[in-house]
Amino acid sequence: MKYVDEFRDGDTARALAGLIRAAVKPDVNYRLMEFCGGHTHAIFRFGVNDLMPENVSFIHGPGCPVCVLPAGRIESAIRLAEEEDVILCTYADLMRVPAGKHDSLHKAKARGADIRMIYSATDALAIARANPERQVVFFAIGFETTTPPTAAVLKIAKAMQLSNFTVFCNHVETPPAMMHILSAGEARIDGILGPSHVSAIIGSHAYAACCDTYRVPLVIAGFEPVDVIQSVLMLVRQINAGEARVENQYTRAVSEHGNQKAQALMAEVFEQRPIFEWRGLGSLPESAVQINSVYAAFDAEKRFAMQEISTADIKGCICPAVLRGMNNPDECKLFGTACTPEDPKGACMVSSEGACAAYYSYGRYRTAGAEQ
Amino acid sequence: MSRLDIKHGIIEMGHGSGGRASATLIEELFVRHFDNSLLSQGNDQAAFNVPAGRMVISTDAHVITPLFFPGGDIGSLSVHGTINDVAMSGAAPLYLAASFIIEEGFPLADLEAIVISMAGASKAAGVPVVTGDTKVVERGKGDGVFITTTGIGIVPAGVDISGDRAKAGDAIIVSGSIGDHGIAILSSREGLEFGTAMASDSAALHTLVAAMVADVPGIRCLRDPTRGGLATTLNELARQSGVGMRIEEAAIPVKAEVRGACELLGLDPLYIANEGKLVCIVAAEDAAHLLAIMHKHPLAQNAAIIGTVCADAQQMVVMQTAFGGNRVVDWLAGEQLPRIC
Repeated sequence: MKYVDEFRDGDTARALAGLIRAAVKPDVNYRLMEFCGGHTHAIFRFGVNDLMPENVSFIHGPGCPVCVLPAGRIESAIRLAEEEDVILCTYADLMRVPAGKHDSLHKAKARGADIRMIYSATDALAIARANPERQVVFFAIGFETTTPPTAAVLKIAKAMQLSNFTVFCNHVETPPAMMHILSAGEARIDGILGPSHVSAIIGSHAYAACCDTYRVPLVIAGFEPVDVIQSVLMLVRQINAGEARVENQYTRAVSEHGNQKAQALMAEVFEQRPIFEWRGLGSLPESAVQINSVYAAFDAEKRFAMQEISTADIKGCICPAVLRGMNNPDECKLFGTACTPEDPKGACMVSSEGACAAYYSYGRYRTAGAEQ
Repeated sequence: MSRLDIKHGIIEMGHGSGGRASATLIEELFVRHFDNSLLSQGNDQAAFNVPAGRMVISTDAHVITPLFFPGGDIGSLSVHGTINDVAMSGAAPLYLAASFIIEEGFPLADLEAIVISMAGASKAAGVPVVTGDTKVVERGKGDGVFITTTGIGIVPAGVDISGDRAKAGDAIIVSGSIGDHGIAILSSREGLEFGTAMASDSAALHTLVAAMVADVPGIRCLRDPTRGGLATTLNELARQSGVGMRIEEAAIPVKAEVRGACELLGLDPLYIANEGKLVCIVAAEDAAHLLAIMHKHPLAQNAAIIGTVCADAQQMVVMQTAFGGNRVVDWLAGEQLPRIC
């Protein structure tokens, strides 16, 4: 498959890994944070770790859309589905994320709530058109990758004067989360593997402030394993040279200024949310968007007068620390015992982009010591 | 007795009441199309003589959406599914029983199309539907039609196939490309239509199995990787046999269309359902010979040895990726869901 096979080629990867081994200084530890869960999964799914020298390690970042959504927001959505009798549409990844105690959208659906898994924001719109007598709410989540499609359906809904369609907006922004992790300084980070798809939207220039302020190099990396390895090489070279620049490895998709049509669309529909609670990172100012006054009629939080709900995470779950890069998933007492993909206690074990799920699904053979 | 208006008619509660309407439905639709002497006798059961030996029985409920998909429909699927479950013991399937739960309001034309397809699959396989049952549920209490089929078969002497017989050193064979059925279904499911010419691989595998056991009666395990895909089947066999497995990604046949669809949707072909493929575990010394036999059968021309069974107390399935790394191939948790980022 073009644009996939060449970026999964083992020989290319091994050649690049050889350059990394030649470039690393033996007395330096290179601690690299991959911001996105997509990278975490690429690293584990393809066994990228197996090719890295001892002193290059990966720290897993918070870039997993469902992982950073606090349980309270899911609880709010469940109440909306159950108490307001709406049709709640959501991306499937969210279905099994633990909300409050032992609850999830999946369980609410089994109890009778009308919750529909959709693959695209426009599916929610189609459901609203097909059910004019019901209120349809799109439970919108994600970083800048999924924000433009939400903006697009809001625009269409307004143009169509759909009176039964609203969006429960939970879209968050990448640069503020990155800045927060760097400013908190809890995890030592020598370099950052920057987001792939998010950067295609916001452009490589969006991270300049991060690099300048915290003197840390960042390489925007594609999601395939060869992309990751080449980006590691670029980071190692910057670190060795004492540089802290934004570099773009993923040039086949990311430009300096990103997708300006998508940016304009987002600007038309959304405004900065003063403060938003992230799972793991706490309440961060100006780190998320909300629907602006022009589109207020399509804001589920306004139409249903939704209240903020605060729900504690499960005791013992270290998802928050994992999301901040402080711990690896297998350092959690619940990992693989009380918390598994079948019965997740924390969001990081659920999502196809969660670090715990990557460790469990692909990486366990290392910790279990199974013979090779 | 009134005739069925197949073109315009729909299923009504009366069709399941056991009265005259039921009899009409059974005669004009089921008996007519399934067309065999045992069913035509009109009894509540079918009586027949069986040869001596080991018999197997298997049952499978079919509840698929959509009912009609590229490469098949619920009718042919319900025949293939049960024939395959019987055949995975090495048995030659003899007879099928079929039970229909139909939702009130279901178009008779659709029901007939399903029954014709089912009868065609059964005739092609040489495994007749010899008894059955029909129930009608109120509108909203079913999903069009559910079909449960039960099959029986006879295991040839000297064949002892079971999921708990895999041993360290054995070879793992898959009979062809994986994921075709699941991707065909996904591509035609409402809300996810995407352009692909992918057809389901739905097929009856008993003639393939017959050819395999005729030459290599010592085959240890056979299983068709349906729901949960190849990954789930390998994990089931590993657990049943108390062994581990080491497979090679590069050796697993996957069609380009399936790979493409999986890439796009963020799915893994290892977890996508198949309806016309089997996994076989066989002693290493028999593997090459068996593979050659499989290649001669139209349903296994792309059969491949994909790995080996090993001793592993953790019973893990570990795959060497085409990329050169290793990863665990775990059980499927929940359902496979498209990624959003």
